[in-house]
Amino acid sequence: MAEPTRRDALKAGAVGAGALALGSCAKPAMAGTLDGADWRRGHMIRDGKFPAPNGAEPRVGILIAGGGVAGLAAAWRMKAAGFDDFVVLELEDRVGGNARSGRNPVSAYPLGAHYLPVPNKEAVALRRMLQEFGMIVGEEGGAPIFDPYQLCADLEERLLWRGGWQEGLYPASGLSREDEIQRDRFTQAMAQLRNAVGADGRPAFAIPRVYSSADPAYTALDKVSFAAWLDDHGYSSPVLRAYLRYCCRDDYGTEPDDVSAWAGLHYFAARRGWAARGDGDRELTWPEGNGRLVSLLLEQTADHVRPAHSVFAIAQQGDEAVVDSFDHKAGSSTRWHASCVIVAMPHFVAARVAPAHTGKGRFRYAPWVVANVTVNRHPKGRGVGLAWDNVSTGSDSLGYVVATHQSASGGDGPTVLTWYLPLSKASPPEARKLMMTRTLAAWQRIIEDDLLTMNPDLAGAIDRIDVWRWGHAMISPTPGFLTDPVRTAAIEARPPVLFAHSDLSGLSLFEEAHYRGVVAAETALAHLGHSFESLI
Amino acid sequence: MGDPVRGDEDGAEPGAPASLAVILLVSVLVVATCGLIYELLAGTLASYLLGDSVTQFSTVIGSYLFAMGIGSYLSRHVRHNEIGVFVRVEILIAALGGWSAAGLFLLFPIVEDFRVALYALVLAIGILVGLEIPLLIRILRHRFAFRDLVSNVLTYDYIGALIASLLFPLVLVPWLGMIRTGFVFGLANVGVAVALLLALRGRQSVGRDLAAALIVLASLIAGLLAADRIQRWSEVAFYAEPVVYARSTPYQRIVITRRGEDLRLYLNGNLQFSTRDEYRYHEALVWPVLGRIANPKQVLILGGGDGLAAREVLRDPRVSKVTLVDLDPEMTHLFRDVPQLAQLNRHSLSSPRMQVINGDAFRWVREASGPYDAILIDFPDPTEFSLGKLYTESFYREVARLLAPAGVMTVQSTSPLIAPRSYWTVASTLEAAGLSARGYHAYVPSFGEWGFTMAAHAPPGDTVILPAGLRFLTQASERAMFDFPPDMARRPTPVNRLDNQALVRSFAEEWGHYDG
Ligand SMILES: Cc1cc2nc3c(=O)[nH]c(=O)nc-3n(C[C@H](O)[C@H](O)[C@H](O)COP(=O)(O)OP(=O)(O)OC[C@H]3O[C@@H](n4cnc5c(N)ncnc54)[C@H](O)[C@@H]3O)c2cc1C
Repeated sequence: MAEPTRRDALKAGAVGAGALALGSCAKPAMAGTLDGADWRRGHMIRDGKFPAPNGAEPRVGILIAGGGVAGLAAAWRMKAAGFDDFVVLELEDRVGGNARSGRNPVSAYPLGAHYLPVPNKEAVALRRMLQEFGMIVGEEGGAPIFDPYQLCADLEERLLWRGGWQEGLYPASGLSREDEIQRDRFTQAMAQLRNAVGADGRPAFAIPRVYSSADPAYTALDKVSFAAWLDDHGYSSPVLRAYLRYCCRDDYGTEPDDVSAWAGLHYFAARRGWAARGDGDRELTWPEGNGRLVSLLLEQTADHVRPAHSVFAIAQQGDEAVVDSFDHKAGSSTRWHASCVIVAMPHFVAARVAPAHTGKGRFRYAPWVVANVTVNRHPKGRGVGLAWDNVSTGSDSLGYVVATHQSASGGDGPTVLTWYLPLSKASPPEARKLMMTRTLAAWQRIIEDDLLTMNPDLAGAIDRIDVWRWGHAMISPTPGFLTDPVRTAAIEARPPVLFAHSDLSGLSLFEEAHYRGVVAAETALAHLGHSFESLI
Repeated sequence: MGDPVRGDEDGAEPGAPASLAVILLVSVLVVATCGLIYELLAGTLASYLLGDSVTQFSTVIGSYLFAMGIGSYLSRHVRHNEIGVFVRVEILIAALGGWSAAGLFLLFPIVEDFRVALYALVLAIGILVGLEIPLLIRILRHRFAFRDLVSNVLTYDYIGALIASLLFPLVLVPWLGMIRTGFVFGLANVGVAVALLLALRGRQSVGRDLAAALIVLASLIAGLLAADRIQRWSEVAFYAEPVVYARSTPYQRIVITRRGEDLRLYLNGNLQFSTRDEYRYHEALVWPVLGRIANPKQVLILGGGDGLAAREVLRDPRVSKVTLVDLDPEMTHLFRDVPQLAQLNRHSLSSPRMQVINGDAFRWVREASGPYDAILIDFPDPTEFSLGKLYTESFYREVARLLAPAGVMTVQSTSPLIAPRSYWTVASTLEAAGLSARGYHAYVPSFGEWGFTMAAHAPPGDTVILPAGLRFLTQASERAMFDFPPDMARRPTPVNRLDNQALVRSFAEEWGHYDG
């Protein structure tokens, strides 16, 4: 089971049985909040219940609809090109989308996206941004040097396996001969794929994905599921398969049966991080996760951003775009005239807002639950010490990352653990229903139970659990997604209506969102005749 | 007064099997030995855990004897079935006495007031032991003439006491340890009960008592087998010396022990100093640095919340200000405000020249500004990745930024003998941060051969000026510290970086190897 079932809830209840025996009212409720992407505002769009626009009809050069990473990256790109005639309309009260973060007196913490791998050489625009943000601090032999404070500090990952914590995420002990053979074979195959080049001279797999080869030898992998591909290639080792399932759920929130082989392999074969000092395989992370990147992007563009503004209709009139938005604070609607609109919202929303320009397609989304658990002491455990990312082979959650990993040195004080659960097993609509109907207390019990099973040493140390629900968290790169005509049409759209969202890549990654935003911004700028030097 | 008829029936009157009388006489010896052992255990444990052994021993012995008096008095209320009551008393003593040491060790870190638990147990065992001899005398009264009876019982009683008082310090504590000793003598008590019950089997129903005795027996055997584990659970049993203070702060476990004049500080179970030889460590940490600086005005100490390094620094009249950054407010509070501890650092933490900052040095150095003429780094060993960050190139770059152009710094850097790779990693890392590094080492008996790494913007020279009155360092011994014999000599090592903490790994390897 992917998501905790009722039996888990009962089991979780059993942990509190001691308290129950004393009278359940004796145990005070765990502090915390139950929150998430604003589905009421989302449902307003679905139901189309907005007042008709009235008043002045402002005119703007470029309108960005959606203030997630893609939208903010587009805004950043315009600023960098010296272009100021744009606005960003964001539905939520705060920008950032899936890369938003929270904060309490103990630490800042992520609500979703929490790290950015050292980018590949081909991610030129992204590297420019990291340089601007002081994350790249120099150059050595032509390769960028990353700020050591922002690279994930040692220890990066540990795994609870057979009752003890070990370094890394792949079980290192108790493997059968066959497990070892298959592991080595898989590792070798991935190393080969990482360097493979298609007939068109492009790498088989790249990030951003558009730089990947169009050679059918590789694109054909989009037609089968990752699970089927593994079966075909004789990868049957349960240890290997469990690890690969973890990877699929970690990156896509989706089971290997529902992920295309192309996407499944992309995870292992696309990363060729480019950095000096052998840091190419490292990750950048911050207490608030990618919320750090969001706030730095916002710093430059804040004057242009209008939060609490839902875009509910987009249409083309002549060669301009007409955009209707609703201001949730004022309770009124506005009609905008823009030379170009960049639709930077998730595609399933875009299909409702701009039905004349795109369709529903095969876009399927995985729901996620993220909990921030405030503890009054650091987790410990048998074996290797606490890492940034802590995963248990025995749990269906993805474990937890430690918010103070980068910022503190003293071993034992309070911290915040960000706990992740993709609801991947049930169908997305079912999982969403379960997610929305479960109470805060029920979620807290499940989360507490899962954490205490991993770290019994945390008994009595949990001060609060704040639960965050993402109904449509990540795009699932299902088999056939690459060739979905709706997707290709959205990518190729021309002004005045452009699309920019990581959904279009089918890979829910910062690099993809950033790339989509930058490309759309440059296309729009070119359309407006604004000159700039391309970063693509 | 007891019921004479029933009393006659219950006593070991003529007609009872001879074996019973033998068992009963032997049991006088056993219960006397056990009784004294529990008393010694409680006294030793109390002085071990609470310190001040004279007070602990006299109060424990006093209350124990007083409780025995209560037991003797209460024995008059036993009106019939003296032997049955005696058996039950034995079972109870076996359970309480047998578990006393283990129980007190386990309770110590948990309970609010340890004394309440201690004296409750001493009183309970004392009362039960006080019941034993009067009951035995009454049971045996038909076996012997009164004159012989009293003489026999008291003789065995005193012999038992002698056995116990010799065995306890010479054999039991050194060989068995306190936890096991408790269990072994609990077994002796319950053994008496079982032997009596078996002898009585034909005469009265003994089923329930036997079951109880067997349960206690089993629990004592289990306790004996698990003694090592119990020892580990109970952290106080972990220390070789009596614990006089123990407290968990949000950051660490602080334990202070004292044996005689020797006071020791442990953080998370790791020895930080022993008053016997800490002057060696702190003189070596401080004076090679201050002695190489023409005019050390501003001194920065990172770690060192015990104020001992600060004590050395403040002896230097040239120093106008000491800034000390320690994570744990509880540490600096202890060593500033507890007279016994503040005496050790000569009140350095309340000196007007001292500024104490409670914060994470890892963060603090990034925001602080210098320059400091001397920087002394005295962090816990890099046993964990979180502590290892304080030994990284990035960290030393910030420290280098805070160091005055002609300033000198030093880093306590583990043992160059036990962990040479780890030790020299610190030098390589300081060099990677752009500093010139020089290793030196000193012998500190409670640590063994200990290493420090001096660093500065230019290579630190040999010339050093030491103040008068040091106990360890002289010009000659200072010079000798920089000499490394081959077994500790410099070797190539990696640089310790935030994202690749070579030091934490080598430290675990080298010390793990050493610990066996
Ligand atoms: C739990 C979780 C963990 C993740 N972890 C990582 C990670 O560690 N690293 C990583 O690279 N990626 C991670 N991701 C993927 C993450 O989604 C991407 O990195 C990236 O943040 C996506 O940005 P985006 O702009 O494409 O989309 P979104 O984040 O979806 O942004 C879309 C924005 O549009 C707004 N919007 C929607 N409808 C409207 C409307 N009608 N009008 C106006 N605005 C609207 C939304 O509120 C939102 O702000 C994670 C995702 C989740 C859910």
